Amino acid sequence: MKTILTGVSALALTASMAFAQSTITIGDQLEPPYLDPTAGAAGAIDNVVYANIYEGLTRFASDGSIIPGLAASWDISDDGLTYTFHLHDGVKFHDGSDMTASDVVWSLNRARAEDSTNAQKGLFAGIADVSAPDDTTVVVTLDAPNGGFLFNMAWGDAVILNEGDDIEALKTHPNGTGAFMFENWVQGDSITITRNDNYWGTPAKLEGATFKYISDPTAAFAAMMAGDVDAFPVFPAPENLPQFDADPRFNVIIGSTEGETILSTNNAMPPLDNPKVREAVSHAIDRNAIIDGAMFGYGTPIGSHFAPHHPAYIDLTGESAYDPDLARSLLAEAGFPDGFTTTLKLPPPAYARRGGEIIAAQLRAVGIETEVTNLEWADWLEQVFHGGDYGFTIVSHTEPMDFGIYANPDYYFHYDSPEYQALMEKLTAETDPAVRTELMQDAQRMLAADDVNGFLFELAKTGVANAKVMGLWENAPTQATDLTAVYWAE
Amino acid sequence: MMRAFKMPGFLIGFILAGIFVLAAAVSFFWTPDAVDTVDIVNKLHVPDAKNWFGTDHFGRDIFSMIMVGARTSIAVAIVAVGIGMGLGVPLGLAAAARKGSILDEVIMRTNDLIFAFPALLIAIMITAAFGASAVNAIIAIGIFNIPVFARLSRGAALSLWTRDFVLAARVAGKSPAHISFEHILPNILNLLIVQGTIQFSLGILAEAALSYVGLGAQPPTPSWGRMLAESQTMVSFAPHLALFPGMAIVLTVLGLNLMGDALRDLFDPKIRRDRA
Repeated sequence: MKTILTGVSALALTASMAFAQSTITIGDQLEPPYLDPTAGAAGAIDNVVYANIYEGLTRFASDGSIIPGLAASWDISDDGLTYTFHLHDGVKFHDGSDMTASDVVWSLNRARAEDSTNAQKGLFAGIADVSAPDDTTVVVTLDAPNGGFLFNMAWGDAVILNEGDDIEALKTHPNGTGAFMFENWVQGDSITITRNDNYWGTPAKLEGATFKYISDPTAAFAAMMAGDVDAFPVFPAPENLPQFDADPRFNVIIGSTEGETILSTNNAMPPLDNPKVREAVSHAIDRNAIIDGAMFGYGTPIGSHFAPHHPAYIDLTGESAYDPDLARSLLAEAGFPDGFTTTLKLPPPAYARRGGEIIAAQLRAVGIETEVTNLEWADWLEQVFHGGDYGFTIVSHTEPMDFGIYANPDYYFHYDSPEYQALMEKLTAETDPAVRTELMQDAQRMLAADDVNGFLFELAKTGVANAKVMGLWENAPTQATDLTAVYWAE
Repeated sequence: MMRAFKMPGFLIGFILAGIFVLAAAVSFFWTPDAVDTVDIVNKLHVPDAKNWFGTDHFGRDIFSMIMVGARTSIAVAIVAVGIGMGLGVPLGLAAAARKGSILDEVIMRTNDLIFAFPALLIAIMITAAFGASAVNAIIAIGIFNIPVFARLSRGAALSLWTRDFVLAARVAGKSPAHISFEHILPNILNLLIVQGTIQFSLGILAEAALSYVGLGAQPPTPSWGRMLAESQTMVSFAPHLALFPGMAIVLTVLGLNLMGDALRDLFDPKIRRDRA
């Protein structure tokens, strides 16, 4: 009897171990609208496909550095205009077809084409020509030297697709070169991927993974606690992190993101078009109260649109220090001694909803009344991001090194500064790292001096994972949930 | 009416509901602390001598927020019941006065249509279409009150139309509208008061539910339902955030229901006869 029992329990144990070790369930708040990273800006797409399903010529590592992707190596001509990429041999797409240089040429030409719908078209703007001398060599010629070109090619928007694939079909059935293959998508619930056994590089350790979509923070907390979800790379309720931290079953992983969380300001809408008014706003905001109140202390104050962990970062928070009296006198100088009323439209994340209530109270204290409206993402994109119908909004800009958006006067900030635009052009053309650093610092100073937006804080990556899950990214240099190196420790 | 106070149920209900009405009234002149300023340094304090119900995640005094929240709840419920009575009762009376006519059919079938939808669904539909605000919540809750009152008054009025005193009035040449308001309405007032009390408590619940899903009063206006929603992720380490608004909703609704029950017992002739 005893032997039978031992046998049964041993069997049960191995079965559960085998199951626990081979797959992982990842929790995320937002479900992607579709799965083609070259077709949309939604970060939720990259959270599934980046590095797992799709790969580019280069890629981001967890620390933000650029490492080889599909290109094993590259040569840069002395004038900085010609990049020769040497592709890995024997790379296959998930449908079995070979990945060759012509796929790269096709993908890059498609992304930079006149009618391209790529959300980050700017990444490809400087490309003059792409050619494929042979099957494993791609030569990219640029209009002007571009110090950020390899960085640009690492974005999820620059991944390589199979030439001639039906783009519409890719939206629901991605066909990439990565270590995982798309398996199934239950809309509104989850996306499943499985290991690609024909992967050209180091195979993934996991047999498969499921991305489970849980938008409600309370449900996310319950799912983690119950073990339904093994990891939440960005846990939506920072107030629950101390509880996870105190529980030996979980690891809390706090890292940096590229998310500059800002009080976006409509620079075209009176009275916010007045620099004095914007300066008043930036002095009316108490960043530390927002980080404490909305994020329970997770976040780093920023004084401009730039990530604090980047080497070129300069701390400009002093330029817009919290000083409500100064804010009131600036408002009076600008001709608004009694303040004014504008709108504050908030998307769903906690940093926006909670931060919005705090900022509304802080602005009210200096006389600025805000009509707070809570919007769902779709409405936010339509009204605020595309429609420009807003006074203030709060959002985290999670793309890496995205201060170039300020050079676009049509972007939803409507910040139109010829000096800044000239500076960005200079930066793009510059390849000397020292000079680039200087120019980036000038850009930070210019944005801070113009008080384009209320610069609040750098979003922290507040991840929670089962203590046995190893190899998850600590930081978020780009939007990604790279599972290629994840495994279960036993 | 004074007889009602001799009933323990009514008395308890009256005191419970009265406390919150009083709190709402006082909040117009005085609250212990401001409810629209944040004070992050003092967030999540447990109840003590200074903050009787503790402070929330923004350091606001929960006692003050409950007081102002009572104002929101009661205002929404009163206006919503007002809409329901103001439109529902005349419609019901008209339908009864013209029983069997096209008018009766149109009114009652439209009521059936509205009634067929769950009340909260209508409310969510209206707030989704016209935006979330306290005003839209009032309209939404008010609309689903209309058929309740219309049906009630039609049913009660129909039984009165056959009575001798109505016949006498008709013989005397009074118009149906005249009879409805002069003779029918006073006689169904009891029923309307009972139903009004119950709808009032349902209105408070509906407002809390709408605010809970973010479709009611918008920040910074405090609302019990939103206080509950915001406390959700913090219940495990700061239970007072959910406890007090939750208790406020339960006690107010309990109080109103006790009052409604007691009034029904008092007005219902059948029960009155049994007791006598």
